[in-house]
Amino acid sequence: MAVDTPSQSVAKAGPPPPPRGRGRGTGTGKPRGASKRSLSTHWYAWALVAPVVVVIAVIIGYPLIRGIYLSLTNANERNVARSIGVNNIPATYEFVGLDNYAEAISGNQFLGTLGWTVVWTVSCVAVTFGLGLALANILNRRIAGRSVYRMLLILPWAVPPFVSVFAWRFLYDERRGMLNQILSGAGLDAVPWLNDPTVAKLAVIAVNVWLGVPFMMVALLGGLQSIPGELYEAAEMDGANAWQRFRHITMPGLRSVSTTVLLLSTIWTFNMFPVIFLLTRGGPGEATQILVTQAYKFSFEISPRDFAQSSTWGVLILILLMVFAAFYQRVLRKQGEVW
Amino acid sequence: MTTTTPTARPVNAPVRGRRSPLASAGLHLTLIVASAIAVFPVLWVLLTSLKPAKYATTTDFFKETTLENYTNLLNDTPFLSWFWNSLLVAVLTTLVGVFISATTGYAVSRFRFPGKRGLMWTLLITQMFPVAVLIVPIYNIMGSLGLLNRSAGLVITYLTIAVPFCAWMMKGFFDTIPREIDESGYVDGLTPFGTFWRLILPLAKPGIAVTAFYSFITAWGEVAYASAFMVGDENLTLAGGLQKFVNQYGAQWGPMSAASVLIAVPAALVFLFAQRHLVTGMSAGAVKG
Repeated sequence: MAVDTPSQSVAKAGPPPPPRGRGRGTGTGKPRGASKRSLSTHWYAWALVAPVVVVIAVIIGYPLIRGIYLSLTNANERNVARSIGVNNIPATYEFVGLDNYAEAISGNQFLGTLGWTVVWTVSCVAVTFGLGLALANILNRRIAGRSVYRMLLILPWAVPPFVSVFAWRFLYDERRGMLNQILSGAGLDAVPWLNDPTVAKLAVIAVNVWLGVPFMMVALLGGLQSIPGELYEAAEMDGANAWQRFRHITMPGLRSVSTTVLLLSTIWTFNMFPVIFLLTRGGPGEATQILVTQAYKFSFEISPRDFAQSSTWGVLILILLMVFAAFYQRVLRKQGEVW
Repeated sequence: MTTTTPTARPVNAPVRGRRSPLASAGLHLTLIVASAIAVFPVLWVLLTSLKPAKYATTTDFFKETTLENYTNLLNDTPFLSWFWNSLLVAVLTTLVGVFISATTGYAVSRFRFPGKRGLMWTLLITQMFPVAVLIVPIYNIMGSLGLLNRSAGLVITYLTIAVPFCAWMMKGFFDTIPREIDESGYVDGLTPFGTFWRLILPLAKPGIAVTAFYSFITAWGEVAYASAFMVGDENLTLAGGLQKFVNQYGAQWGPMSAASVLIAVPAALVFLFAQRHLVTGMSAGAVKG
């Protein structure tokens, strides 16, 4: 529980919260005094958070509002303010209301991309969680060489993701990559890992799972280690078998860790830019394009750059994630989880 | 002391310590396969970097081991300037990010003040922001400030990622430091700032180190903003630079593998060194939320 700032209780017992503003000379004495007191009580807490509040307001808040505004216009590369040589050309884009949203939601492109993004997120998170849980359970036992295994298994997390993605691209290379050379050595046909829509989808999921398992494993291992060993002993004395111990001790014990990592990794995977961008650029065609990479493509890879549509997709992604997080939290709360 | 249960197990022996040899072999086999999958792509890049570039795609593990990829990379490509750019951006992001977030982490950990709940939610929600919402407005703003293609622009941009994250992590660490220490500071007549600066901050050093390391790695590996904002061979960061080696016309796997090794080795070493703290940090910062 947070320590109250010294005279918090006084402020609470005092008059109802004063109207906003410092009431310079115009207000009655009472609210002015309360606001002064609130200021004197909390000034150092506010001073401590001030730098971050300023940073968030200036470099996140302002761009966010501007992004939302752009999504309500028809801004693109041709009509935004720009300077060519010494000439400054003013912006000529117009406010178009919710047209972009209507267009995105009624068109096939957004819904199709959203469908694949959901499939991608769900399969990546599910597989990653399953593998992470299995490995964490094994590593939580007494087993020779445990720390060596642990170190090796963590390696994919330690290497910067863009490097690993290039390593995978190297292995996936259709003509001369390692995987296809092994297949041809075994007398099998080459697989177009990144050039066939279906195979490419599986290939990007595999890479993302490879990248994500170490984090999941480490987080769950931390959770497992916080479960008291006596619980297992007691259960075993009572004759619980391995599955029952897992089901009734391990799973509830991992609850708080897993709800957090599942939420985090869902958000991260939904927005996982580097894997798709560096591995396939969304190709072949648009087969592996997720919402984030497609939005990026609208503003930086097509001509003319379509800033409005890109921002629209960005805002829609944000709304989807926020709805998801709120829904997730509500489900947890219904199940009695305090979060 | 030993009760004779049907399995004749001493009561206080570790319960999960006993397995049949077959089960042990199965566990080891699983771990070996998993470790091999985890290590192989990285190991393969390392081995490739030691082969002459023309043999980059052979399946032999070793072939005429040489360092020529490395010498070519350092002499004939702007790798060193990319490396320097990345280092500069990552270090500055980390310093500024940790510095301004530490106080916030402390405030939300210790005090109850109007706006705290809103602030916590903002910090959490900003971590959900997709690159896609912010990238265009930030791109335009940086363009109008003349900061595109400059390290400073990228540092400012990365603060949007680093600050909410660092503040959230730091709060977790401060939560683990007992409040009695603050109280003893007040009793000894320190101001809240003095308590924070002289007592709490030194105790939070491991937490600061982990947070710093984490934001360093994030900035070091960021792709989207770096690809969009930086152009021209000299200004790229590593994430952009590596893309130069692989394009739709083909790939120069030789220099790319050497570059990958040089990028990954320092990061991986520090990471493996810091990972124990990282686990505690993650659970303190994320789980307790």
